[in-house]
Amino acid sequence: MLWACVLLPSLALDGVLRRQPDSGPLVLVDGPVQTRTVVALNAEAKAAGLRVGQRLTAAQALLAQFAAMPYDQADVDRWQTFLAGVAYRYSSEVALLPHALVLEVSRSHGLFGDWPAIERRLRDDLTALGFRHRLAAAPTPHAAYVLAGVAHGMAVLAPDHLRRALDAVPVGKARLPAAATAALPRMGVRTLGQLLRLPRDGLRRRFGAELLDSLDQLVGDRPAGLSLYVPPDMVDWRIELTHEVENSAALVFPVRRMTSDLAAYLAGRDGGVQRFVLHLEHREGATVVTIGLLSPERGAATLFEAARGRLEQTRLPAPVLALRLRADDLPPFVPEGRDLFDERPANALPLGQLRERLRARLGDEAVYQLATTIDPRPERSQRIGAQDEGDIDPWPRPSWLLERPIPLRGPAPTVLAGPERMETGWWDGQPVRRDYYVVETAEGQRAWAFLPPGEHAGWMLHGWFA
Amino acid sequence: MGAVVALSDLVDARQVWRGRAAPIPAGDQPTGLAALDAVLPTAGWPDASVSEILMPLDGVGELRLVLPTLARLTQGQRPVVVIAPPYVPCAMGWRQRGLRLSQVHFVMAAEADVLWAAEQCLRSGACAAVLVWPKQADDRALRRLQVAAADGQALGFVFRDRRYLVNSSPAPLRLELAAHPSPAIWVRKCRGGNPPAQPVPFPATVH
Repeated sequence: MLWACVLLPSLALDGVLRRQPDSGPLVLVDGPVQTRTVVALNAEAKAAGLRVGQRLTAAQALLAQFAAMPYDQADVDRWQTFLAGVAYRYSSEVALLPHALVLEVSRSHGLFGDWPAIERRLRDDLTALGFRHRLAAAPTPHAAYVLAGVAHGMAVLAPDHLRRALDAVPVGKARLPAAATAALPRMGVRTLGQLLRLPRDGLRRRFGAELLDSLDQLVGDRPAGLSLYVPPDMVDWRIELTHEVENSAALVFPVRRMTSDLAAYLAGRDGGVQRFVLHLEHREGATVVTIGLLSPERGAATLFEAARGRLEQTRLPAPVLALRLRADDLPPFVPEGRDLFDERPANALPLGQLRERLRARLGDEAVYQLATTIDPRPERSQRIGAQDEGDIDPWPRPSWLLERPIPLRGPAPTVLAGPERMETGWWDGQPVRRDYYVVETAEGQRAWAFLPPGEHAGWMLHGWFA
Repeated sequence: MGAVVALSDLVDARQVWRGRAAPIPAGDQPTGLAALDAVLPTAGWPDASVSEILMPLDGVGELRLVLPTLARLTQGQRPVVVIAPPYVPCAMGWRQRGLRLSQVHFVMAAEADVLWAAEQCLRSGACAAVLVWPKQADDRALRRLQVAAADGQALGFVFRDRRYLVNSSPAPLRLELAAHPSPAIWVRKCRGGNPPAQPVPFPATVH
């Protein structure tokens, strides 16, 4: 077993910074209205002398201009769950701990390589998503959690080395029950190594079974007792914008964030999305932009391009305050098969992406395919679809059809072939009785025209043999 | 002016140089019409380029000219895109001519978007051939299509009215269809060779 721990020290701040990329001093505040205190701050605020734990009033005295946002625990939980969904692509065993995720990676070695390779991938993913993180790996999840809090990038790969790695960890950082953490240093026990060597009976008498349980979980003598993360079957994310947006172009940045988050989530779930909905929330009501794709997709660029195309055509009746992305159905994603000896140029776009691009600008119905039906009447002989029905007609059919037959003007055409009697459709109230001919007009065009049976004039043009 | 200068000296001094024909672009796209292939320097459609087809009026064989090529491409599972066709394509008629309709995609586009869509399709590299009927396309628009076709390694077929024949065009191949006195194809321009003086007969079959 090898557990990786992703410690997320500034989850609340990163979540806020993702929404507003423009820098400037920013703090998160929490507490009762009268005594608001700073709970997180970015580098610029820190440089100005602000500190965590400071009163908001004291901070305002130090720095004239900074943004203060309320700390939102629900927001933090949502980001943590989102990252669990991202981590799910590396392991089916992902669990949430306070400010951290742990995942079992030893079974993923075959797919992703050894720990350094997985570590690099995790690090790239988290950096791309904009979350600061610390990584550690250890044979038990709790040990990984402790080591991530002590040092960045520490990896204990063999169970035999675990005790040695834990030896020097200060008791204060060992994430033990609070009573023990406070009392042990006063008793002269400063490191985990010292604590682990103490007689168990004495520890149980002094601190109860709780401390021994957490120590056993730490070294792996006791099951970790984690409740594993189960990815939800739908996506419903909402972000509030920091100011009112009146121009849909200004929504591009948050939408890009949301679609790339969606892509990361779908990759973790090995799923795709065929239809998702963007709610642009106004002060009253919301504009709903539905993004439908031809087939399940999960590429960040594809999703973003489809969303942007629809968004550009949306008129905003009122300023937008918040964005919400909903995807109810996440069907399995089947990657498109490619020929190993594909001769297409290297920058070639997949056909699906090209069709999405055309649909985004020209409308959802703009790209279509035609298929034959078994109905012989020309008006009903084809439909929009991809599956041909029926066999190839033995009679000549033109290459162009007219929407509806029109009278053929000019002198009488020369008959080249025919007639083909079409007498059908009596069962559905739209009967057809016509004699079709292939004719040549005076201008040299080949046409498909018909006469009522038995007549010699009144040519109706129905198609061209172009 | 009396001094006689040997031509070889001028050539050596690079003041005079020999013109050399540009290499003929290799063609791998037979038109399906042996008589036409025989007169074209590329022995078929110029690869990764736009071919312009000019016609006096609709229905004189413009599709008959390209459908054999499209049939060959779609049977090889290569997608073909048809943008803003002037009439409804007859699915059964196209099947009779050997096309596999599952590989043919039609695009409905307003007049202003036709050239944009054509350029996107040509440049994407996803399509083997793109057919387009622009109502108004100037020299620059065609050049954009030509560059896009070269980028995406696709065949572009641009169908226009015969009156645009007098305008110059960046397309490497320009064909004009004639209905009188008998159906024929005039090669008006072909890169890599001189256009033949005689038209290529283009006999119509019922199918």
